[in-house]
Amino acid sequence: MSFEPKILAILCNWCSYSGADLAGTSRKKYPANVRIMRVMCSGRVDPVFIMKALESGADGVLILGCHPGDCHYTSGNYKTIRRMGMLKKLTEQMGIEDDRIRLDWVAASEGDRFAEIIKDMTEKVKALGPFPRNGGDNG
Amino acid sequence: MAKPKVALYWAASCGGCDIGLLEIGENLLKLIDAVDIVFWPVAIDVKYKDVEAMADQSIDVCLFNGAIRSSEQEHIAKLLRAKSKIMISFGACAHQGGVPGLANMYNREMIMERAYLETPSTENPDKVLPQTSCQVPEGELKLPELFDTVKTLAQTVKVEYIVPGCPPEAQTTWMALEALINGQMPPVGTVITDNAKAVCDDCPRKRDVKKVKKFHRTHEIISDPEICLLEQGLLCAGIATKGGCGARCPRAGMPCTGCYGPVEGVIDQGAHFMNAIASVIDSNDPDEIEKIIEDIRDPAGTFYRYSLSDSILRRARV
Ligand code: SF4
Ligand code: SF4
Ligand code: FES
Repeated sequence: MSFEPKILAILCNWCSYSGADLAGTSRKKYPANVRIMRVMCSGRVDPVFIMKALESGADGVLILGCHPGDCHYTSGNYKTIRRMGMLKKLTEQMGIEDDRIRLDWVAASEGDRFAEIIKDMTEKVKALGPFPRNGGDNG
Repeated sequence: MAKPKVALYWAASCGGCDIGLLEIGENLLKLIDAVDIVFWPVAIDVKYKDVEAMADQSIDVCLFNGAIRSSEQEHIAKLLRAKSKIMISFGACAHQGGVPGLANMYNREMIMERAYLETPSTENPDKVLPQTSCQVPEGELKLPELFDTVKTLAQTVKVEYIVPGCPPEAQTTWMALEALINGQMPPVGTVITDNAKAVCDDCPRKRDVKKVKKFHRTHEIISDPEICLLEQGLLCAGIATKGGCGARCPRAGMPCTGCYGPVEGVIDQGAHFMNAIASVIDSNDPDEIEKIIEDIRDPAGTFYRYSLSDSILRRARV
C-alpha cells in the first residue's frame, strides 16, 4: 500500500475557510489527506501548534490565511509571516524538510486555488514519507 | 528526630551545579548540621555498591544534577529514584537537558566521529573509538554506552521538584534547602524559585517600545547600560524565562540565555522565546522580515540553549 500522508491544514475563518467552503460547494476534487482546523485568524497560529501536530501524527502542516493586506484583523497575517519565517529557519536547522510546513494565502473566492494547494502539498509530503516522530526514543 | 538523609549526584553536567551549591556560603554549615549526606561523588567517598546496599526509600531527598546521556547515568538515576523518597531535579541540565542537550542536534555516530577523529587536536591514525566492552589479558573492561539522544531527568524517572538555573543561584538553592530542613516542602511539582513570573520582572532596565529592525550578536555592539537589551536588538530571553535569579545577566550587560527554564504554563520555552522575538520585528514586508531573521545565525542554539531535550521536537532529524 502506498503511503498516505496526514496533513493538518489550519485555516483562518474569514478568507481561507470560506475558500475551502467554496471548493466544497463547487465540488472541486482534492485529496482526502487533509484535516482542517479553523482559527479566527492565521495570526492565532503558534509554532507550538505545528510542532505538536508533527509529533502527534501529522506528516505536514499547512497554514492558510487571507492574502497580505486583506486580513480581517488588519495585520494578523503579517504576524504569521514573521513567526513562520522564524519557525522555518529553526526547522531547517532541525533537519525538517521545507515542504512539510507551508504558509500560503487563499481568498474567499479562491476555491480552485485551495484545491490546487492541497493537491500540491499532498504530493510533496507523500514524496517525503512519514514524519520521523519520537526523536527521543532511540536510546 | 533523625536527621534527613540527603544524596547528591552529577550526571551529564559540567560540575558547576556542585560548585554552585557551595555558593550558599555559611548556610552550608546549617545544612551540614541539619542533614546527613549519604552520597556525594564530588565530595565524599561512597561507592555505587554502597548505594545499592541501602534500603529502598531510605534516602529522604536526592538532589540530582545533570542530563541523562549514558547507560551509567540512566542506571544511577533509576537506582537513586528507588532509594529516595523525594527526587529533586537540580539545575538546567537535569531540568531541561541544559547545554549537553544541544548534542541532540547530532547523533552518537556524529559525536564520536567529531570527538575522536575530526577535531584538529586529535591524532588517531588507527581510528580507535570507545567500545562498551574490550578484552585485555586481565579480563573484560566495560564502559557505559553513550545514548543517541540526551534526555532530561524527568524523562527518565519520576521527579518531585525542580530547582532551576545554570547553575541555580544561591538564593534559589537555599530556598529549596531551607524548605527541606524545615520540613516545609511546597506542593509536589513545584519549580522552586522566589519569582513565579519572568526574568524581566526583576530586570531594572528601562523599557519602552520593542521594535527591532536589526538583531545583533553580543560582541557586535556596545549596548546602552540602561535600556532593555531586547530593544537594542540583542536576543534577550528574559521575556520567556522564569524569574528567580534576580536578572543577573541583563544587570551585567549580557542578554539572558534562559537558564531558569520556561515561565509558568509554557510547555516549550524555545517556541515561546521565538514568538516573542517574532513579535518585536518591526516590518510587514516579507523580504525585509527575511533579512532581519537572517541575522539570527543559530536559532536552535539561541532559542533552546538549555531546553532542547525538553522541547516538543526534542532533537534534530539527522
Ligand atoms: S528583555 Fe532582557 S533586558 Fe529587556 S527587560 Fe527583559 S530581561 Fe531585561
Ligand atoms: S538572567 Fe537568564 S541566563 Fe542569566 S542567570 Fe538569570 S535566567 Fe539564567
Ligand atoms: S483573518 Fe485571515 S489571516 Fe487574519
